[in-house]
Amino acid sequence: MADLHKSFGQLEVLKGVSMIAQKGDVVSLIGASGSGKSTLLRCINFLELPSQGRVIVGGEEIILEPRADGNLHPSDRKQLERLRTKLGMVFQSFNLWQHMTVLQNLIEAPVHVLKLSRAEAVERAEGYLNKVGLIDKRDHYPATLSGGQQQRAAIARALCMEPKVMLFDEPTSALDPELVSEVLRVIRNLAQDGRTMILVTHEMRFAREVSSHVIFLHQGKVEEEGSPQHVFGTTKSERCRQFVSGGFH
Amino acid sequence: MRWDWVPDYAAALAHGLFITLLVLVVSVFLGFALAVMLALAQVRGGMISSFISKCFCNYIRGTPLLMQLYLLYYGVGSLFPLIPGVREHLQWLVRLDAIYYVLMAFTLSFAGYEGEIMRGAFLAVPRGELEAGEAIGMSGWQILRRIWLPSALYKVLPTLAGEVIGQLKSTPLAFTVPVMDLMGAAHKVMQDKYLIYEPLLLVACIYLVLTWAITSGFSLIERQIPSRRSV
Repeated sequence: MADLHKSFGQLEVLKGVSMIAQKGDVVSLIGASGSGKSTLLRCINFLELPSQGRVIVGGEEIILEPRADGNLHPSDRKQLERLRTKLGMVFQSFNLWQHMTVLQNLIEAPVHVLKLSRAEAVERAEGYLNKVGLIDKRDHYPATLSGGQQQRAAIARALCMEPKVMLFDEPTSALDPELVSEVLRVIRNLAQDGRTMILVTHEMRFAREVSSHVIFLHQGKVEEEGSPQHVFGTTKSERCRQFVSGGFH
Repeated sequence: MRWDWVPDYAAALAHGLFITLLVLVVSVFLGFALAVMLALAQVRGGMISSFISKCFCNYIRGTPLLMQLYLLYYGVGSLFPLIPGVREHLQWLVRLDAIYYVLMAFTLSFAGYEGEIMRGAFLAVPRGELEAGEAIGMSGWQILRRIWLPSALYKVLPTLAGEVIGQLKSTPLAFTVPVMDLMGAAHKVMQDKYLIYEPLLLVACIYLVLTWAITSGFSLIERQIPSRRSV
């Protein structure tokens, strides 16, 4: 689904990383803070511009051109926008639109980007709100919800675009510990539905449990990757073993 | 107190009120549109457009409106006939009525003040909310229209109400160039009838009613604002 290889400007956050997510895969990116895992994820939908490399989404390569700032810029804005609709992004800090109700957040892009009718978008939104257990909060504003509820709403917002791949950028890092499990439960359900997902996380136990493939990044490079059993068990990499056993980051 | 002049001057006062409202409405709406562009030039534009916008806002905020009005009306207005060809071919420009200079000066002034306010408001919208729009496939224009601008606007609405009232209270400056606004009409009564208190009291009441209308209008809108309402 996505095959990318990129390295980064002077600071070199990513020193040449390739990864592939096939349909139905759940790929977890783990590693210490500063290892480049969030940057890598954000390069997939070009919230971060790579300095080198290629990104292919659903078999379609995003056309890039180098500019004076040393980064590769998507040359076709329309193509970028189209491909972004296929990549559902969930952020660490939820990033719900505060001036809209939960329902308005969910139907905004389906109506204005996908050009669905309002009725269709509302129907779809209600379906996903049911799925994340927030149907009774549909007319609430994000500020009145708990962090866990906001994140579940944000997941539903991404799902309303019916994306091919879901990208999760540390979805539980900003949550109080007691709220983490309700969000993980939603993500686990999505994994069981066979959704393709790429997940940046610090929740080692969770990554081990839901992933089909785990990538351990260290200083901008893939230090170790493979099945959860391999990365969390039989790995030869000393760093990787230390990281997953210590659970430090 | 003498009020027998009111019927005779009702038409003049009504016209004055119309001019006052015209100046207020035109300058607030056009000025605000310009302010959004000035603010965007500063928060998103390149170095040059940002610099020009900043200079303009500082000029507007750093000099008296009366001086700006004079500069446009006596300065720029008297320059037009000197430009070769203008006197022959663009007669309308030379004979441009004072009201157009007033509208222009008030629009630019409102734009300068609100540009600065909107700049802060745009920056106060969390970056992540804009990123969420980008990530979901919205175009730059959609993000501006659906997320950035409304969100920024909601944040400054209370400030904006005060600014519009301030603008209303500046409109009598139009009378100096001379455009017969509400204040101008009152002044005419004062001169014709040798009255002081009566015409002034009358227009004071009218200004108060206008201020009240603006305040209520804004608080009506403010009550619709999500962040101020807990459901």
